Amino acid sequence: MTTLNIIAQLFLSYLKIGFFGFGGGYAMIALIEDEIVVQHGWITASEFADIIAVSQITPGPIAINSATYIGYTMAGIWGALAATTAVCLPAMTLMILITRFFIKLHGNPYVAGTVAGIKPVAIGMIVSAAIMLIAAEGEAASFTGWISWIIFAGALVGSLFKLNPILIIIASAIAGAVIYYPL
Amino acid sequence: MKELLSLFVSFFKIGAFTIGGGYAMIPLIEREVIDNRRWLGREEFSDLLALAQSAPGPLSLNTAVFVGYKMWGYAGASAAVLGSVLPSFTIITLIATVFTDVREYPLVDAAFKGMRPAVVALIISPVAGLMRGMHPALKIAALLIGFGLWYFALSPVPVLAAGAAAGIAATIFKQHKKERK
Repeated sequence: MTTLNIIAQLFLSYLKIGFFGFGGGYAMIALIEDEIVVQHGWITASEFADIIAVSQITPGPIAINSATYIGYTMAGIWGALAATTAVCLPAMTLMILITRFFIKLHGNPYVAGTVAGIKPVAIGMIVSAAIMLIAAEGEAASFTGWISWIIFAGALVGSLFKLNPILIIIASAIAGAVIYYPL
Repeated sequence: MKELLSLFVSFFKIGAFTIGGGYAMIPLIEREVIDNRRWLGREEFSDLLALAQSAPGPLSLNTAVFVGYKMWGYAGASAAVLGSVLPSFTIITLIATVFTDVREYPLVDAAFKGMRPAVVALIISPVAGLMRGMHPALKIAALLIGFGLWYFALSPVPVLAAGAAAGIAATIFKQHKKERK
């Protein structure tokens, strides 16, 4: 595939992700995963988990970070620009429309109904993103044995007690470095 | 021009200093937009924020668009978006240039092995909070949708559309019932 072709596909994929990215960052992860890992196979599930980890400890939302990262690794700086622009375009267009017609939308029962109907799906998307990362096997596996589950449990407890996600990621990186580093 | 620059600078600051994205950004945006710059009133901001949360796309980006657009139209929206995206774009591009080499170091590889299960925990942990106050049947539906999306490797898009359609249908049904009373 030519680079131009890849750039065009990146642009379309991230346009789709931007347009259907309801329900916030974690729900968008399922959408990104579907496009990038399942549909196109551009990266594996574990590489995707790595990008999320990097995204947690760097500024910016995961949708934009993953767009820049995937775009860059697939097609260099132009790929990064194309994917990042694409993921921003729908939000820009829709939010401008919403701001313009704000008075009409605010408190509209149909808008409220749409949001209520989308909510369980968005939660389901979060659940499916997690299951997919847990279930991935071989090279793409995120879980490699009982130690992984202990780290998972520790991170989950920390997160439920509102510990800062950056701290959780850094602590798990240190744990991984200590446990898995081949001496 | 000066106004556009200040919009750009404000959102650049917000974009550069909020790690992890999303809801962590809200207090920072509030302080900058309402308290420091006085671009919007608190009430107007919270109303628009509610709509930004229900619109697709990252929340921080949506907020940048509505504040920018409210202030100086299309140019304002563009300046705010550019400002909020530029920090992560630059940092991620820098990381991407070295990542594939660094990734092979045994120490880095070991660290990532530790981070991956923690990432899954971070993804799954907001689910309980999001479900609070939902009807039990909807909670079960959400879990079934999650399992189904994974098991059948479905694209989330048609399922989202179906959810929206069901929500609208339920609203029509409720309105209809109200009128009959």
